[in-house]
Amino acid sequence: MIKNNKLAEICIPSQAEQLKIVRDKVHMIAEQQGCLQEDIKCMVLAVNEACMNIMQHGYGPDICGNIVLEILRDNDHLIFHLIDFAKPVDECAIKSRPLDEIRPGGLGVHLINEVMDEVRYIDCNDRTGNILEMKKKIKKKVRES
Amino acid sequence: MDIKTRKEGVYTIIILSGEVDLHFSPRAREQILKCLGDKDNVLVDLSCVEYIDSSGIASLVEGYQVAKNNGLKFGLINVSDPAMQVIQLSRLDTVFPIHKSLKDRMEQDI
Repeated sequence: MIKNNKLAEICIPSQAEQLKIVRDKVHMIAEQQGCLQEDIKCMVLAVNEACMNIMQHGYGPDICGNIVLEILRDNDHLIFHLIDFAKPVDECAIKSRPLDEIRPGGLGVHLINEVMDEVRYIDCNDRTGNILEMKKKIKKKVRES
Repeated sequence: MDIKTRKEGVYTIIILSGEVDLHFSPRAREQILKCLGDKDNVLVDLSCVEYIDSSGIASLVEGYQVAKNNGLKFGLINVSDPAMQVIQLSRLDTVFPIHKSLKDRMEQDI
């Protein structure tokens, strides 16, 4: 059993104008935890993309549900939980488009998988909705001599 | 996000700045498609883009495709580091015509 320290929790409505609040929160917490700037950018991108997926595909444009973001630390990892209350996700249906197929859209899942170390859905304990967990290892900064 | 446009030779330059996310990318898409609808050759200047997500990238892909299908020119110029990072992660750096500057693009046309 891993012991996680919760660093932050926010709840936003499923609206595109809320994404900046999410990005700013991820940036602030990751910076406080001493992450490298390049990793902070990756975490901001991944959490933003995952929120977008919930807004566009989980709830869809006609439903404004809530999205909860929890940020936790487990030793040398930052862990992001995105909790929604939409219909359960069919994991088999979630896939990125083939990258050689040039068309708008379908890149979010690819970007998330590309920049995070671990991505998975975790058990909701029979509650309606989904919990997406994304992990990123915190790399140590190299001190200049 | 802010959008400005100006004419430069045979091109309409669309200058995007700030954060091009799901909230603002529909405006970018609309502007790009409007210019292409007017039969303009389009260069999108990304020098002042601080953040772009997959919805912003999708607007650029759509512009690229519409231009290609209509025999118009489309490209990206002055791509900022944050924008280039996402373009590269999306493996689109070899798909979009990308130019260091407007001058660079213009020289290719000579």
